[in-house]
Order: sequence, then C-alpha cells, then structure tokens
Amino acid sequence: MATYSIHVNGETKKVDVAADTPLLWVLRDTLGLVGTKYGCGIAQCGACTVHLNGTAVRSCALPISAIGTSKITTIEGLSKEGDHPVQQAWQEVDVPQCGYCQAGQIMSAAALLSKTPNPSEEQIATAMNGNICRCGTYHRIKEAVVLASTKMK
Amino acid sequence: METLTKTSRRDFLKLGIAAGGGLVLSFNLSDSLAAIVKGNKSLAATVDFNSYLSISPDDVITIFSPNPELGQNIKTSFPMIVAEELDADWKKVKVVQAALDVKKYDRQLTGGSGAVPHSWERLRKAGATARQMLVDAAAKRWNVAASTLSTNNGFVIHTNGTKLSYGELATEAGSLPVPTDVKLKNPKDFKLIGTAVANVDNKEMITGKPLYGLDFYREGMLHAMIQRPASFGMKLKSVDATAVKSMPGIVDVVTFKNNVAIVGKSTWEIMKARKALKVAYEKDGNIESTSDHDRIFKELLDKPEATVRRKDGDVEAAFKNAATVIKREYQCPFLSHAPMEPMNFFAHVKADGVELVGPTQTPDRARNATATLLGIAPEKVTVELTRLGGGFGRRLQADYVVEAAELSKLINAPVKVTWSREDDMMGGSYRPAVRYRFEAALDSKGILIGYKLRGVGVNAGNSTREDNFLQVRWKIY
Repeated sequence: MATYSIHVNGETKKVDVAADTPLLWVLRDTLGLVGTKYGCGIAQCGACTVHLNGTAVRSCALPISAIGTSKITTIEGLSKEGDHPVQQAWQEVDVPQCGYCQAGQIMSAAALLSKTPNPSEEQIATAMNGNICRCGTYHRIKEAVVLASTKMK
Repeated sequence: METLTKTSRRDFLKLGIAAGGGLVLSFNLSDSLAAIVKGNKSLAATVDFNSYLSISPDDVITIFSPNPELGQNIKTSFPMIVAEELDADWKKVKVVQAALDVKKYDRQLTGGSGAVPHSWERLRKAGATARQMLVDAAAKRWNVAASTLSTNNGFVIHTNGTKLSYGELATEAGSLPVPTDVKLKNPKDFKLIGTAVANVDNKEMITGKPLYGLDFYREGMLHAMIQRPASFGMKLKSVDATAVKSMPGIVDVVTFKNNVAIVGKSTWEIMKARKALKVAYEKDGNIESTSDHDRIFKELLDKPEATVRRKDGDVEAAFKNAATVIKREYQCPFLSHAPMEPMNFFAHVKADGVELVGPTQTPDRARNATATLLGIAPEKVTVELTRLGGGFGRRLQADYVVEAAELSKLINAPVKVTWSREDDMMGGSYRPAVRYRFEAALDSKGILIGYKLRGVGVNAGNSTREDNFLQVRWKIY
C-alpha cells in the first residue's frame, strides 16, 4: 500500500492503495465515483473511459502509480449540472437503453469533440470504435455526437 | 368510454386497509409527525392510492414501477400508462423502482416481452381509480355532481373554470371509498401514450449516478469473486489458498460446492489474490466440448424421426420433382449473453432474514431460490431491484443470486459477489447451442417449389447453469 495524491474532477484526493491498483477501482471502491463502469477489465469495451489531461483513457488498465499529477475527469466531473454539450445531446436524442456503457461513450465523445469540433462520420466511427454497446444504440450515439458538435459551435 | 372491471382487486386495496385499520393514509403517524417537525410536508401527508401511485399535497405524483428495468424502458412506459389515466402532469411525476412485493404486484419480472400486455389494464385502472377519487373529492368540496367535472394535467376542473390541483385534493380523496368500477379513457383521447417520452433515468445515466447492481456499496460490505470450474463436467478436487489468505485486503477464502470464493475488502485486492489461488479439478462425468456438440448435432439431424411443427402441401413430391436441391446447415455454439454489466449481487443473510440487492430479471425466482437454499420462508427474503446493465435472458437465472446468499451465510457478513468478464465468458448460463438444416427444392427455372427446415439444439431450459451443464439433455425440434 502507498499513498497517492490524485487530481480528480478539480479536487485533490489522497488514497491509500497498492501501486498496481487500476484507476477504475480507485474511483469506484475508494472514492465512490461509480459512474465509471467495470465492463471487461482489459481495456477492450470502453465502459471505464475517463479523461486524463483531456484525453480519453481506459481506467481499468491504468495503474494508480502511473498517474502522477495528471488531471482526471470522470463522468461526474464532466460538467457541474450535467449540461456539457455532449450530455445535452445525449439527453435530447435519448441515447441510452440499459445505459451501462453510456458514461464511457460520453467521455469518448467529449474527448473527440474537444480536439475535433467538427468530426467527419469516419472520425466519429474511429473515435467511438472502442466503446461497445450491447444494446446496440450506435445509431443514436452517432446522431448525438453530431448534435453535440453543433452545440459546441 | 370503456369500462374494465376484471383487474385483480388486490392491486387497489389501499395500504391502510390492507393493514387492517381502515385508514387510507398509509404513513406511520409518528413518522409523519417527525416529518412535519422537519418541515417535510410532502413526506408527512403523502397519500397512497394504490400499489402504483401516491400523491403528496405539494403535487408530487409518485408512480411505483415494479418490473425490472434493463433498457427496455419499462420504468418509463409503466408510469406513462398510470399517468395517462390519471390525467397527471408528466413533469410532476416522480418514478420510483419498487422492490419485490408479491402481495402488491403480479408478474414482477422482465422476460418474454410480456410486461405491458399483462399489466396494461391494471395500470390503467390504477390511474383511473385515483383520478375518480380525486374527482369525487372535488365534487364533495364544491357540492356538485362528479359527472359534471373534468380533469386535465393534474387538476380537477369545475364547469365554471375553477380548478383544484390533485395535491390539494389528495388527502380528502384518499379518505373516500375506492370505486370498483371506473371508466377508462378511449384510446383516441390519449395524450401521453403514443408520444415520445424520454427515459426517466436519462439524466442519472448521463451524469454517472449509482443505478446498477455493481454500483451498490454499503459500509461494512465485503467484496467477493468466485473461482468456478474451468469447464463443464469438472468438479473441485483440492484448494490451496495459503498464499491468498496472507495477501493484503483478503478476509477469507471459502469453498462451497464447486466454488472457491475469495472474500476481501476491495475489488482489486480480490482480483489480484485470485491469481495466486491454486485449485485442482477432476472429471465428473463427461466433459462437454464443441466437438461433442458437432457430433450430436449431426447424429440428431440425420435421424429420421422429428417433431413436425408444420407441414404445408406435398413437400416430398416437390423435392422429387426438383431440378436442384440446395442443402445448407447453420449453427450457433454456446454463447455468453454478455450483458455489459458483469453478473453481480449483494446478499446479507442475517438471523432474522435475508436482504438481497441487485440486477435480476426475476426477483421472485431469486427470492424463492434463496429461501429454498437456506431453508427459510420466502417472506424472510427481501429483494431490492437495481437497474440492470443488460439482461438478455442471462438474468432470468437465479444462480448468481443464490451463490451470493450462500456465501453471505457462510461468512456471516454482507457481501457483493462480482463476476469478472472472464467468468461471464467461461461459465454460467449460455445461450442454447443449435444447428439448423435448410433444404430448398428448385425447379428448372430456379423457382422455389419446396422448402424444409429442421433444427436440433440444447433444450433452452437446460442451457442454463444447473450444476455446470453436467447432464445436458438434447432435443430435436
């Protein structure tokens, strides 16, 4: 066990965990931020996606010891009121079905749009490719990403 | 207008009456006084009209949705049906997921696409009954005939245009007799049903609020993962947990049936410790493999006998006269249902009863299976429903609930059992393995003149994890 100071959603948090503990489990088990989901544990499904200095990363495969001073943003911290353009678009399009993958989808979409405000269809498909939705809401995800991009203008 | 009266009366017994007191307000008096002291007016005088609906004086309409929600939007559509007949303002409706309650609700399960057809009438009647009571209360207050009054968007409306909100009328309405014969709307007058209504949990989902079974945490709760046999047809031979037990965060390693449970204080600690576990298995009957399936599929498809489900025309003649016959086979192996949320359940077995919390399509089955396992009355088991991160039929089974309960009893502690994705892929209840043979008879112009379809598969009822598929029965269909 070791103590780590990490920057999560604008706050500094001290956690006492083993060095190889994936960020996912620090968020969920230690900090109670359960919006970030466990889906596969091997960075293949995207349910655990968070931002590390604004870039989408898979928190299930990111050990706490590798984070250092990087800024972590989770779904809970994407916006104060849940009104980030991507969240607004998600709500307007009524994207989720079971909803379990959606936090990861939203984080991937938000990271894409922050760097590429007007993505092409191909860029959307590429950026969202690593986020699996078992209910098959992909058509609405794409629609919402396009809508969000118009909101960010 | 149409009248429906055949819905079971038990749905409409007011809770106070059910308790034997004849009072309509179901709240406990001391609780309500405490709430008033705290200034919570809403809680203080909320009136329960029936199992599905309560209304508070400040116009909050709470609709209880009993069936498990796994993305089919039942938590939105059920309350819509109640709100429609109630003529409620949807914006003021608060939807609450009801826990398992076999006295209040019927068919509280998700499966077979049957929820709305089954509950349509009773939900409509729940809304319409409360609406009638609110109208009756307004009629009494205004001293006019109820038949002269109308309702709209959460108000009872007098012919002179005066309005009373449902909240203003709730307490009086709740003290009136429950009408047994209420009028339902003509579907052409529906305002809410037939419109696009957003999922009621939408905001919670997109902001990452705790909703799912895996999101359930409680102070003092332990975490567990279970090592199960690596293939169907294996049983546990020996366990060496010496190294595991000394690892950080590990509380216990418990063996039961073919399971080895690693119990600890956090998910990552048990995941890590599990890798250090040494478990040996031995054969217990035949080990099932895909090559067995292939062989059995072939044998069964080539057998002359079959259950004929349908036969139209002279199929044999068509095949005899065919210029070309095309024969193809397609098959599907055992497949994990792979819901995005891995299997999990929380269980706390206590001296006076069992608390279960988690994602299940069949809470009543989970309750009864747990009661049977522990040898207690089903009434001693409560099941609280979380949202399900997908079900796909996997969560019709109770195996993952029962094992959590069994483990909780063994370790005498509240525990959440989490399956890894590997556990989900390698074991548990799969989709049935099937093979279909398609045969087409074509005439000289290539026109289809005959068609045969024949299938074999693992009986769907047995494609489930019952002692890890040891005795799979095969079925020709």
